[in-house]
Amino acid sequence: MLLIECPWCGERAETEFSYGGEAGIARPPDPDVLSDAEWADYLFNRSNPRGAHRELWNHAQGCRRWFGVERDTVTYRIAGSFRLSDGSDNREG
Amino acid sequence: MQPQRLPTGGRIDRSKPLSFRFDGRKLEGYAGDTLASALLANGVSIVGRSFKLRRPRGIVGSGAEEPNAIMQIGKGAHAQPNLRATQVELYEGLVARTTKGWPGARFDLGAINDIFGKVFSAGFYYKTFMRPKSWWHLYERFIRASAGFGRAPTETDPDHYEHRNAHCDVLIAGGGPAGLSAALAAGRAGARVILADEQDEFGGSLAGAKRNIGDAPADEWLRRTVESLAALDNVTLLPRSTVFGYYDHNFLAIAERCTDHLPEADRAGVRQRLWRVRAKQVVLAQGAFERPLAFCNNDRPGVMLASAVSQYIRRYAVRPGRRAVVFTNNDSAYETAIDLAEAGSSVVIVDSRADGAGSLGERAAKAGISVIAGHIVTDVVGRRRVRGVRVAGWSGNPSYLVESSIHIDCDLVAVSGGWSPAVHLHSHAGGRNAWDTERHCFVPGEAAQANVSAGACNGKWSLRECLREGIESGRAAASRCGFEAPEIDTPSTSEGHYNPLQPLWRVPADAEPERCPKQFLDFQNDTSVADIRLAVREGYRNVEHVKRYTALGFGTDQGKLGNIIGMAVLAECLGKSIPEVGTTTFRPAYTPVAFAVGAGESVGDLYDPVRKTAVHEWHVAAGAPMENVGQWHRPWYFPRDGEDLHAAVARECVAARQSLGIMDASTLGKIDARGRDVVEFLERIYTHNVGKMKIGRCAYGIMLGEDGMVMDDGVMARLGEQRFYLTTTTGGAANVLAWLEAWLQTEWPELEVFLTSLTDHFSTIAMVGPNSRRVLERIGCTIDLDKDSFPFMAVRDAELGGYPVQLFRVSFSGELAFEINIDSGSALEMWKTVMAAGEEFGVTPYGTETMHVLRAEKGFVIVGQDTDGSVTPVDLGMNWLLSKDKDFLGKRSLARPDCLRSDRKQLVGLLSSDNTVLPEGTQLVEAPGAPVPVPMCGHVTSSYMSACLGHPIALALVAGGRARKGETIYAALPGREPLPVTIAAPVFYDPKGERQHV
Repeated sequence: MLLIECPWCGERAETEFSYGGEAGIARPPDPDVLSDAEWADYLFNRSNPRGAHRELWNHAQGCRRWFGVERDTVTYRIAGSFRLSDGSDNREG
Repeated sequence: MQPQRLPTGGRIDRSKPLSFRFDGRKLEGYAGDTLASALLANGVSIVGRSFKLRRPRGIVGSGAEEPNAIMQIGKGAHAQPNLRATQVELYEGLVARTTKGWPGARFDLGAINDIFGKVFSAGFYYKTFMRPKSWWHLYERFIRASAGFGRAPTETDPDHYEHRNAHCDVLIAGGGPAGLSAALAAGRAGARVILADEQDEFGGSLAGAKRNIGDAPADEWLRRTVESLAALDNVTLLPRSTVFGYYDHNFLAIAERCTDHLPEADRAGVRQRLWRVRAKQVVLAQGAFERPLAFCNNDRPGVMLASAVSQYIRRYAVRPGRRAVVFTNNDSAYETAIDLAEAGSSVVIVDSRADGAGSLGERAAKAGISVIAGHIVTDVVGRRRVRGVRVAGWSGNPSYLVESSIHIDCDLVAVSGGWSPAVHLHSHAGGRNAWDTERHCFVPGEAAQANVSAGACNGKWSLRECLREGIESGRAAASRCGFEAPEIDTPSTSEGHYNPLQPLWRVPADAEPERCPKQFLDFQNDTSVADIRLAVREGYRNVEHVKRYTALGFGTDQGKLGNIIGMAVLAECLGKSIPEVGTTTFRPAYTPVAFAVGAGESVGDLYDPVRKTAVHEWHVAAGAPMENVGQWHRPWYFPRDGEDLHAAVARECVAARQSLGIMDASTLGKIDARGRDVVEFLERIYTHNVGKMKIGRCAYGIMLGEDGMVMDDGVMARLGEQRFYLTTTTGGAANVLAWLEAWLQTEWPELEVFLTSLTDHFSTIAMVGPNSRRVLERIGCTIDLDKDSFPFMAVRDAELGGYPVQLFRVSFSGELAFEINIDSGSALEMWKTVMAAGEEFGVTPYGTETMHVLRAEKGFVIVGQDTDGSVTPVDLGMNWLLSKDKDFLGKRSLARPDCLRSDRKQLVGLLSSDNTVLPEGTQLVEAPGAPVPVPMCGHVTSSYMSACLGHPIALALVAGGRARKGETIYAALPGREPLPVTIAAPVFYDPKGERQHV
């Protein structure tokens, strides 16, 4: 079970969180101008990397805040968590 | 009478004899025995039958590795199947049964399989039971019956199990010399330590060992060390506790057996406990497993691991044989030979190495033990018990053939093929293993998490190294947690010199593996050297495939005994090295864990939280059966005078449509949304024009996923310029709130909107029917309720009978209806007030079933019942809800080609040609006589008998359905002819919607 650091509450067990998929998928500002393929790319395609992955988590059983985590998809090691609102990144070092 | 019990010695308590039953026989042992040691003391040699060939099998090991002595322990609901007799502590009145063999293990009719052993080769099940296909159900019954291990009790488990969460600085798995040393070093440094060991006492291999640590006997060192640890407040000692899984981020699971060692009558409290531990650092010190050697008939009762023989002699004062042959390729088994000699048995050592052992060889010679060096045991004589061995000279060449020239009479063969570190937990944690070419075993490679292996599980065989690594790893772990760890001297031990192990896995025989008696690798699954060779001949190359084809390493022991020699044989067949072939994956659990301990307290009433509305107790008192809707318990219907569901629902429906019904709608999700940008936010979420809503008005709203599919629906109301009240489906409440928060927080943080769940704070009472307004007036309402002052889809704050309420004129039934939103603390009073005021109109409480019928008569969908995540609002005929003036979530997806297909499944009504209420989920087909597989054109989503209409109604999703009104399709019903059904509009009752506007 992962140990995840909520930027507001600190380290908590994975069971307190829900997963939100890849971070940084911005919603296109004007969907109407997109081709079907471009819209489908936003909708369905994710990078699915082997290694570092920036992803969204929600402290669902805690403060209900969404935040970002950089997690290695092979080792599951977490490099750090970051807040979304101010773009800052609280990873150590 | 315990014929094999030694007169003195051991760590058993001879003043406490215990009686127990084994397959109905009454036997006796002592406190301190395991079931296995007690059985050996009583001279029991056959404790089970093998899986496939039904060969008689005896006890092989003394711990978790035991493949044969798998027992059903206890009776009735308390029984536990598939326990290893080597790990079951004896208690007064213990009842044990063998789990294999019919009628029993001692005489088993299935043993005929052994005679036809050639048929039962690798992949036997895949090859034999495949044809004819239609016979599979017969084969399966036979396979399951004959394969059966223990039987799970059929009664509910009456015992109590619990989960405990724990945090510590250093968790130490295994309490032998390395683990104890680590605990002492970390504990003295001040770290919070948990030391868990699967046995009832700490010490591991030291228990009963006849050697000195420092200036004291090992037993004395053990006692002092455990006492010192017990005196440290920061150290938690967990005996009878198996660390069975090492998960992500140093999270480990421990199964503690609290009362299983007590007579059933003396057990109280928690039977087993699951520890869920988050440790900063982990020291793995679980020791090593001795390996067997694959010679002919090496599975005969009386062939045992050498270390197990020593354990039985030293710890339990049981002599497993009087005339022993010790067969070894390394030095450690010489200690067993000495133990046997001291116990009064005659011993011969057969050593595959030409030069024999080091210091231990000298000690054995002094004890008068004869050593036949440069020889191997090729075959065992005897069927139900070892009677002798055949021995051949061997020069160490890798041939398959030798000539056996010597016969030795014996009743015990103690085998040592070397040692394999228990790398299980290291591997669970993600660490790889490296092949040690000097010690010929897999040792832990680089750790993947914050853990370190110490002692024998790190490939260190000598006691001095185990003590030293234990101390070092304990100090290092504590200092990595920020503690200053004091120096601790490694106690002195006398270590001799050792001759290296000779790599030997399968032993040459007088014939090729296919033609000689079976040379077993995995006892529990009857996998032999010939089976591995066959798998390779048939083209298997990968160790994981060979495992699954031959069953090597399956079963309750998970190959603790046979895996490494099996992989060595595979490597030889493939012409590869052992590390090239590699191991199969180690997965939790290390040893089997009872389901009950996994469930813990989460059983029965505590399985899941129950949510009750404020009016719940009233519903219960009224005799309403409950329906589970998520965690909510909602009244299903309110039967009167022995009514069944159908009669009650018919009566409730008519009452609501003709006079007055009342329903507890409190479970609806309720969200308060407010803030500077709330209109902009809701415009993006909902499909309709939120900004055009007037204050005091409601709207039916739907929200879509970005894929364009309907996600949730509900009435939403505008309470102020920047304030809205949203309702969601009962099941969707939490998800919708999380969804809205996700968009606010991740995508549109610039919007200032505050969302607050009000689901539990407010209760909702729906008053439904033509007399609802009259009853509200009778209760006394501070606002005018006539249709011009308070029109359909309006919302007002008011006082009702003296209570402040929010009154909605909304309808989920198509009737004149009101919903009273009231503080939950006053909801029950309000409910009673309505019941009293409505009495003269026959006010009728109704539950979820009537609600469903009423809404289905009107064609109102339920998200999640009439939709399934692949349904767009266009499919539901809700185009009128889709604003053309703005973007909203999912809008772009509705223009994707797939969403524009004309043959998408669309919501329609269905009328059956007779009075059949179609089962929900019924598949719909175009033509009843079409060849199989018949193409399906849709399915029924909702279906009820409508008392108000006098016939059944159904909603369905049908391909291109909206354009097909009046057409006939067919409902495929089990056990009868396809039923013709007519496609209709989904609104069956009051299609113009006049009744709700009065």
